[in-house]
Amino acid sequence: MTVTLPRQRVKARLSDAVSGLLYLSPSIALFGIFLVYPLLRTIYLSFFRTDTQGTPLEFVGLGHYASLFMSATFWQSVQATVGFVALTVPLTILVALGLALLANEKLRGIGIFRTAFSATMGMSVAASSVIWMFMYNPSIGIFNRFLEAIGASGVQWLLDPQYALLSVSLATVWMNIGFTFLILLGGLQNIDRALYESADIAGTGYWTQLRAITIPMLSPTLFFVGIISLINAFQTFGQIDLLTKGGPMNSTNVIVYAIYKDAFINYNVGGASAQAVLLFVTVLLLTWLQFKLVERKVHYQ
Amino acid sequence: MTMRNALVYTLLVLSAAVMLFPIGYAFSISLMDGGEVLKGNLIPEEPSLANYVAAFDRIPLLTYLVNSLVVALLVMVGQVVLSSLAAFAFVFIDFKGKALIFMLFLATMMVPWEATMVPNFLTVQSLGWLNSVWGLSVPFFALAFGTFLLRQQFKTIPHEMYEASQIAGISRFRFFWNVVLPVSKTPLVTLSVYSFLTTWNMYLWPLLVTNTEQARTVQIGIKQMQSNEIASDWGVVMAAVVMIIIPTLLLLFAGQKQLQEGLTQGAIK
Repeated sequence: MTVTLPRQRVKARLSDAVSGLLYLSPSIALFGIFLVYPLLRTIYLSFFRTDTQGTPLEFVGLGHYASLFMSATFWQSVQATVGFVALTVPLTILVALGLALLANEKLRGIGIFRTAFSATMGMSVAASSVIWMFMYNPSIGIFNRFLEAIGASGVQWLLDPQYALLSVSLATVWMNIGFTFLILLGGLQNIDRALYESADIAGTGYWTQLRAITIPMLSPTLFFVGIISLINAFQTFGQIDLLTKGGPMNSTNVIVYAIYKDAFINYNVGGASAQAVLLFVTVLLLTWLQFKLVERKVHYQ
Repeated sequence: MTMRNALVYTLLVLSAAVMLFPIGYAFSISLMDGGEVLKGNLIPEEPSLANYVAAFDRIPLLTYLVNSLVVALLVMVGQVVLSSLAAFAFVFIDFKGKALIFMLFLATMMVPWEATMVPNFLTVQSLGWLNSVWGLSVPFFALAFGTFLLRQQFKTIPHEMYEASQIAGISRFRFFWNVVLPVSKTPLVTLSVYSFLTTWNMYLWPLLVTNTEQARTVQIGIKQMQSNEIASDWGVVMAAVVMIIIPTLLLLFAGQKQLQEGLTQGAIK
């Protein structure tokens, strides 16, 4: 194989390129049609006034962005989104980490608990939301029954602007624990047992080992889970649509729900596109920022 | 049993009880009649399957289940085929610009899909794919995560095997089909389980592209149910909920180990 003639080599390289692209072409074509094109189209439409079918009618420049920044509704939706992210992401990771640490113990029957903790990954947002809606029901739901049993007065979990975002967030934490738990448990199991064995010999206690071995070795997984959870939180839609429809008083009108309402209910396609662009830029910036911030602190094996 | 183990078991049992409570509660409600639900019982006094019969009777639950199954299987096959073809090219074929294309594939993971839904809706509409399984499935066939996951596995196949097969005059596709795929069963199963779960549970896209009873998926069926008069009949609603979570829960329990390994691999390496 060492004496390949130059022309043959060029030909071989060309055919490599052709077949390489051939294998990639279905994915590239679909990414092109359903990801790149609509992304560019969204950016384009955000500069236009459109008809209800999304046909651009008149160039308005940054008009949609300007009116968004002037609109109280938009700022409410920013507030709801930020609140939702802050209420769900840290708590989900913390609880899932606790569960993963428990489920990583070498005990008889631990498999049952692992299955139980990952169960919500198999639950759809729609089904879970319906169950939580029942639990939040003011008259027959379990939460108010409990409050009444201890002598407190019931709460309008989903109708009171003070509680609605909190209630939706709590339900979301439950829904997301399964997936987060599964990844963190996998991360824990990948940590070299020998590290713990030498720590045991040195007589180090559980909490010291957790701080000195487990958390640093788990940091790449935590980092990954952090990014995924953050992006997912920004994309939340289903539980809002089923539980609160963005209400009461826009307190749960998170960004994706706002986009959906503007585009498909109010037919303000230009305004919805401008919000979609802002969502895209935010997610991009956050991902990048998190990379920059955590990169230095993450311990790679 | 040591004190420490007893403590761990206690925490495990308590956590499992909290995590599983909503699921058990839904199941319990699904076995009660209306009066009992209103009384606020936790455990049905006289469990009955009447709500399940009613769920199939009053809404086209069977049609929804079949639609969801067809769409989930289509997306599963589409994602597995496209991801494995792309991963094969990234691992075994050398050509200019490969690194750049791979970076672009990874970059697609950072685009929130919701930011593109308006033009996507218009595309699917102009293709005449509203209310069809194609509109529900084809836009999701290309999957960067799947490509990435399979690429990790394909990289563990010795390159010498590929070179030897090239010298022996075995076509690339036969090598892919007869060697690469058979040794990659585990990640292929992982990806299939992942695809099926996420598609079955999809909510926003089916809400946009279906508006007839014949075309709806179970998730939208549940929304319909909740927003019309059956909503006050919580027993029936919960029976439908139980019916739509059973397939995915069974799949999750069966594929949990693979899923956990696969997702972690995708996460770290």
